[in-house]
Parts: sequence; C-alpha cells; structure tokens
Amino acid sequence: MAYVAVKGGEQAIDNAHAWLAEERRGDIATPALSVRQIEEQLGRSVDRVMAEGSLYDRELAALAIKQAQGDLIEAAFLLRAYRTTLPRFAHSVAVETGTMRIERRVSAIFKDLPGGQVLGPTYDYTHRLLDFSLLDDNAAVSECATAVANSDVMPRVPDILGDEGLLEADVVSSREPGDLTREPLTFPAARDVRLQALARGDEGFLLGLGYSTQRGYGGSHPFAGEIRMGEVSVEIEPAELGFSIDIGDLILTECQMVNQFTGSKTVPPQFTRGYGLVFGFGERKAMAMALVDRAMRASELGEDVTAPAQNVEFVLYHSDNIEATGFVEHLKLPHYVDFQSELQNVRRMRQEAAE
Amino acid sequence: MKGYNFAYLDEQTKRMIRRALLKAVAIPGHQVPFGSREMPLPYGWGTGGIQVTASVLGPRDVLKVIDQGADDTTNAVSIRRFFALTAGVATTTATAEATVIQTRHRIPEKQLREDQIIVYQVPQPEPLFRLESSRVETKRMHGLADYGLMHVKLYEDVARFGQISISYDYPVMVNERYLMSPSPIPAFDNPKMDMMPALQLFGAGREKRIYAIPPWTRVRSLDFDDHPFRTINAPYPCGLCGAADSYLDEVVTDDRGGRLFVCSDTDHCAERRAAGHVGTDGFQEAAE
Amino acid sequence: MTEPTLLSGRGLNLNFGAIPALADVDVDLWPGEMLAIVGESGSGKTTLLNVLSGRVAPDRGIVRYRDPAGQLHDVHAMPAPALRTLHRSDWGFVHQDPRQNLRMSVSAGGNVGERLMARGARHYGDIRGAALDWLAQVEIDAGRIDDLPRTFSGGMLQRLQIARTLVTHPRLVFMDEPTGGLDVSVQARLLDLIRSLVARLRIAVVLVTHDIGVARLLAHRIAVMQRGRIVETGLTDQVLDDPRHPYTQLLVSSVLNT
Repeated sequence: MAYVAVKGGEQAIDNAHAWLAEERRGDIATPALSVRQIEEQLGRSVDRVMAEGSLYDRELAALAIKQAQGDLIEAAFLLRAYRTTLPRFAHSVAVETGTMRIERRVSAIFKDLPGGQVLGPTYDYTHRLLDFSLLDDNAAVSECATAVANSDVMPRVPDILGDEGLLEADVVSSREPGDLTREPLTFPAARDVRLQALARGDEGFLLGLGYSTQRGYGGSHPFAGEIRMGEVSVEIEPAELGFSIDIGDLILTECQMVNQFTGSKTVPPQFTRGYGLVFGFGERKAMAMALVDRAMRASELGEDVTAPAQNVEFVLYHSDNIEATGFVEHLKLPHYVDFQSELQNVRRMRQEAAE
Repeated sequence: MKGYNFAYLDEQTKRMIRRALLKAVAIPGHQVPFGSREMPLPYGWGTGGIQVTASVLGPRDVLKVIDQGADDTTNAVSIRRFFALTAGVATTTATAEATVIQTRHRIPEKQLREDQIIVYQVPQPEPLFRLESSRVETKRMHGLADYGLMHVKLYEDVARFGQISISYDYPVMVNERYLMSPSPIPAFDNPKMDMMPALQLFGAGREKRIYAIPPWTRVRSLDFDDHPFRTINAPYPCGLCGAADSYLDEVVTDDRGGRLFVCSDTDHCAERRAAGHVGTDGFQEAAE
Repeated sequence: MTEPTLLSGRGLNLNFGAIPALADVDVDLWPGEMLAIVGESGSGKTTLLNVLSGRVAPDRGIVRYRDPAGQLHDVHAMPAPALRTLHRSDWGFVHQDPRQNLRMSVSAGGNVGERLMARGARHYGDIRGAALDWLAQVEIDAGRIDDLPRTFSGGMLQRLQIARTLVTHPRLVFMDEPTGGLDVSVQARLLDLIRSLVARLRIAVVLVTHDIGVARLLAHRIAVMQRGRIVETGLTDQVLDDPRHPYTQLLVSSVLNT
C-alpha cells in the first residue's frame, strides 16, 4: 500500500479555531456575557489578570478574560502580548501610597493606630457558605453603610516604626529603576528588578514560596505591618513642563511585612522589611510577594541562603507564568525528530549490548 | 496588518535585536542577552526565532518555516501565517527559493547558500544547564572557557554505555572558543553547521538570549579521540523517495508493528519524488 | 634553604568588622615542603589558607607565587581566568568536607578525570587509565571506578578527593583539616597516604589543622597562629619539643594531657 505523507496542518488549525469560537460562546440560548459584566462582576479576576498581564486597563483585562473563556493565565498572556506593542510615552513619577484614598487598611502589629483599622470589602470574616440566593440573577443587594475613611491621618505603619529607628530605613535611590520588559534579567538582580518580577509573577507560585518561608524554608518571622488598598493618582512629569500632572488613578494593594532581624556586629538589632505591591485588589499576592521579597534579601542581610525562596535566581527565573506556561505546554509540540534520534540511539545501544 | 508595524515588532525593538545579532556574529557561539519582547505566541513555541526573523526580514524576503523538517506541521504553519499576515512577505516551502528559513529541530538537507539565513528556535541556549543550573556560574564557565564539566558528561556516557549517548542537542565548540547548544536538532544535522555558507542565527525568547555562527565558521561536535562523534539515523532508505542520505522519521503504519521510514525534510522528499525517485513504499508521481 | 620560595605572603592583614582575622602575617613555602598552620578555631588559620590560595583578598599585603618558569605572580592581582587555570592545574585544594569538592552525581572515574579534561585531555582511554592509576594510588578498588561517590564511606570520599586533586600533578596543594571528622583509625591510614604521596610527588602543601598530632606526623615546618598572628614558627620537631611562646606551650601541653 502506498503511503501518503500527512498533510493538512492549515485546515486543522482553521477548524480548531472555529470550534474554539463556538465553544467559547456556549449555548446560544443563554445570553452572551458582556465585557462590561466581567469588568463589574468578576473584579477579582480582572485584578489578577491586570497584575500578571502587567497592564492596568480593566476593560482590556475583561475582554481578555472573555476571549480566554475565563482562563486567567491565558488572559494575562493576551494582555501581555498586547501591551508589548504599545508605544511608551512617558514614565510616571513614583506613586505615593502614603496618600492613598483608602478603601482598606489593616495592621496586625498595632491594636489601633492613627486613622484606625479599616476593613473594607473583604472576604476575611465571611463564612464560606455557598450563598444560594445568588442563584437568582435578580437578587436584590442591600445597600451598605458608607463612610469615607480619612486618608489624611493614615500614615503608613512602617513610617511610624521608622521614626523610632526600629525599622531599617528605606533606601532612596535616584537611579532609574530597571525594567524587565525592556532589558533581560541579569544577576546579581537589584531589588527594583526583583520587585518588578514579583509584581508580574504568578500568584500561585508566590503563594507557595511565601508559604514555604513560614514552614521553615527560609523563615524570617514576619508580621503584617500594614496592608492597604485604595486609589492612588498617577502623575507624569513631561520634560518640557517641569512639574508633574495627574493622568489618572490606579487601585493598588500594598503590603509591608515587618521581619525580625537579630542584628550583626555593625548593626544593632532592628526590624527589616519585605514589600509587596500589586495592581487592583490583590491582597493574597501582595502578602506572598512581601514574604518572598524579604526571603530574597537573605544574602544582603548576612543570612544563610538555603531555601528555595531565598534563591534569587531560582525565584526570578520561575515566577513568570507566561514564560512557564509556554514552556511547559510546548512539550505538546511535535518532538518526533528528536524522539526518532533517541529511538535509533536506544535501538543501537541495545543491539550493541546484546552482541 | 492594521495597527501593527511591518513584521509586528516596532523599529526600536528590531534595532535592539539587530545590535544583539551583530554582537553575536562578532563573537561566534557566545550568548548575548537581549530585551526579549512578549510575543503573541507562547514562550517555548518559537518566540526567540520569531523575534530574530522579524528583525532581519525585509519586504523582498522569501520566508520558509519548518518544524521537525516539515513545512506543514501546525506550529510551522502558524508561524508562517504570522509573518504572511504581519509582514506580507512571500512564503515558500522550497528550500532553494527561501532567503530566510526559520526552523525548529532540523537543518534542511539541501546545502544552504551564502545568500540565505537560517534562524533556529532555541528552547534552552545554555549547553551546560543540565550539569550546572546556576546561570551565574555557567556564565563564568563560558568566560573562562572552563568546559571540563561538559567532557565529564561525555566521559560518564562512555563509561556507562560504551559510547556517547547524546542523540540531539549535541553540544558543539564554535570557532574553538565557545561551547554552544545547536538547539534540539538531531546530531545527524551537526556536521551541516560546520563551515556552512549561510549565516546561522539562534533566538531564545524565554531565556532572552541570541547567538550566532557567521558563515564559514568551524563548528566541532565534542567527542574523544578514541570515541569520535557519530551521527545517528535509521538504517533504511526513505520509503517514499528512496533517499539513503536524509534524516528519517518513523511512521507507524498499523498496530501490528508496521513501520515506514520517510524523509523528515518534506521539501527534500517532494523534490526528489518530482524528479522521479521512488522508494519501496512510494508511488510514481503523476505528471503535473 | 638555597632554593627560591614557591609561595610567600608578606604583611598580610585582614579585618572582619572590628576583628583582626590576619595581623601582619608573613609566610614562606618552599617547593616540596609541607607547612602546617596550627591554632584553635577562630585563630585565623583557615582565613590565611584562603588568602594564600587567592580565594579571599587581604586588606593589605601581598601573596606571590613562582610558576614553573620561575616567574613571580601577585596572586591577588592575577586576572580571574589565570587564577582559575592555576587552581585547576598547578594548584589543588583539599577541603575538610570532600562533598564540597567532589561531584556527587558523577562517577569516581569522572571525578578523577575532570581536571585532566579541563586541561584538554581528549583521549577517553588515557583519561580512564589515569583514573584507574590514581584510584589505585589512593587505595580505592578499581571495581569502584564507575560507582557514584554517594556509595563511598567518609574515608574513601576523602581519598577520592585527594586523587581528584593530585591527578594533574600539582606543585602546590592547600589542605583544610583533611582528616577532620574521620574516625581515628581512618585518620591514621589517610595521614599515611598523604605523607607518602606528597613525599613521592614532591608536592608543596599548606596544611591547616587544629590537631598538633597531625602536624607532627606530616609537616616539615609549623606556624602557630593566635588571634590572627603567627606567634611562633620553625621546624616542626623544634617547635613542638621546645615551644617558646606561652600559647604554643599551652597547645602542646593540652595535647600531652589528653
């Protein structure tokens, strides 16, 4: 029988895409999900996709989620691939989280503090019971009490400690921060670059690593000094103007971990910091990020580097889920040429061993 | 394509990549870090090769894309479409007609020419990564040309198996200076790299490295004097075209152990069949 | 001695914070000689070894090495590639913990052959021959050549490390407590082996040990360190039989009393 070589890749791809589109839409008897609905009602997904996609645009993130059928890594990937084509007009001035318009602000290290504890819209104290009333699309939502937090009297908790010299000072640098989206990662990687990698990194990966530091793999005795979430202004300073102008607002979650440090021969004991900052409402990730940031400072602080979370190279090379998913999933691409050479190799070696 | 620059990447990015390419050509086999961009295709699926191709492609170029030697594999189709869409360049499956060939895992059988460029997709540019996981350390080893460790791997192979057991991604020394990964091409293709008339460019998008072999450069596969480098191929002629010197894929034809060995380079095989060569499992091409 | 020195340190100073790890240390080593640096832990002897071998730079002072052609090199001013080449050919380093030096996932033969291959050896048969020869010299059974080090006992690991280090016939080897952590009977055999190999190959050795007994058995000369200073130096028998410095007297008497 004559053999005809396999062909049809072009047709197969077209068919697969058509099928995908049909599946994405689902049963047409059900109304289509609008991008606006995703933006409004799946806000935490939108936040996560913006954070890992490294682009603050709620509508595009919602679109990506719709296009990816809710696969959030796929959605972040779509956003990244779009972001990379955008022209860069300006750099923002560093955002000032100290003047954040607070929606949530809690500190685990003080019972009360200037500005108070503000719970905000949190799941923390909900009972995780399925709420069957949500099965009804038209269930009424009772109005919540609102009071605007007075952001003017909400100093950042580390600043309170810092005033006493108990907490290591933040190092102010005039150096232009690194940018992983423009320059490849090199080592030693400075903290600005490390933080950028973590901020773009996969929430699950950071969560696991942060968790491992609490279980004895590079522990640092963390306290959640402060977690704050709210809106900050983004300003740019066009060279021709000489002063900064407000171009919009972002919602950010910031976590400042306060960690024990026993001191060294030259430095008396004081607390050190781990820092997390994430787009949108990303408290879990901001906390994990702060733990991992602190763990990666082990070598700088003269601690032994033994745990995965302390290994800067390991963490930074594996935190990006777009890189990770691509490479893991590329295993499904054909590898038959390499496999064929292995096959012949093993056959030959078995044959020679038998002789 | 509306809303995008020629060949997708903006010109600044292309210039940055070309600077990395120039450096790579000037230091054959040396891995040059570059600001790899996020591409609309996943990492590990050829983002490095695509960025290199996008940076060297001009409107008059003719592009060929292969994966596993074939023009018709889905990933090759997808990348070829990407450039047809974003650059509007002519594409071909004929090796001889192409000016730029992007490849994954193979080098075409037909000898490449001085006016051609071959772009390899590279999943892992670091040839030492299985032996030393820290890139800080491997960078130092390359800097000092400290490659004893690679030979230890070969020694271990011979001690265990009586022969070097690497069958693909077989490490090479470029210009007797840098140890280099040839990308996961079968060792069968390694000799084609040596003194190749065409420019060879390598792009690793996820790992953010570019490297190159200029035309007419010595590329030596590592070995021992008493265990010289050997290529591996199935010991049959191609079932379709009868070629005895091309790399073969193994096709399972039934569930009773039936096997057919055919050229992995589909263009090579088709060309031979068009010229009237027939293998034992082939059939005479109808005159077209 | 009429021969020129192989390695010499002059005016070596190094502080860790406020603590002087090395204070005005002068050292000389002649070809084929074994010099023991003894002292308690924290006396600065390992720091001195690291400074002499170019692994740690001193705050002040200079270390000079004379190559086979008679050329003097300022060890801490050498370019990194040259120092690395030195370390994998003319020099060797034997660690207290052999796992620091050995590749635990590579066979014994591969471990011994690595330095030869790093130096350009490309004939498998020759490399394997040299590995077999060296395994025999360190009394490891030839049948173990393809075994992984993790199947070896502590004493065998240390002997394998010595074979791996000496295979390139270095002129100078630095040893950091090579018998530390081994049983007494295993120690004795290892000391014997080191002594005969070093004498036969005429290798110069800088040996760091806290064990006066080890120094007495192996070393031609001895330098006694205390708080970063060399407080007494001389021929081994002379120093140990007739210690001048009170600290040396204390060290020697503490050994006698145990």
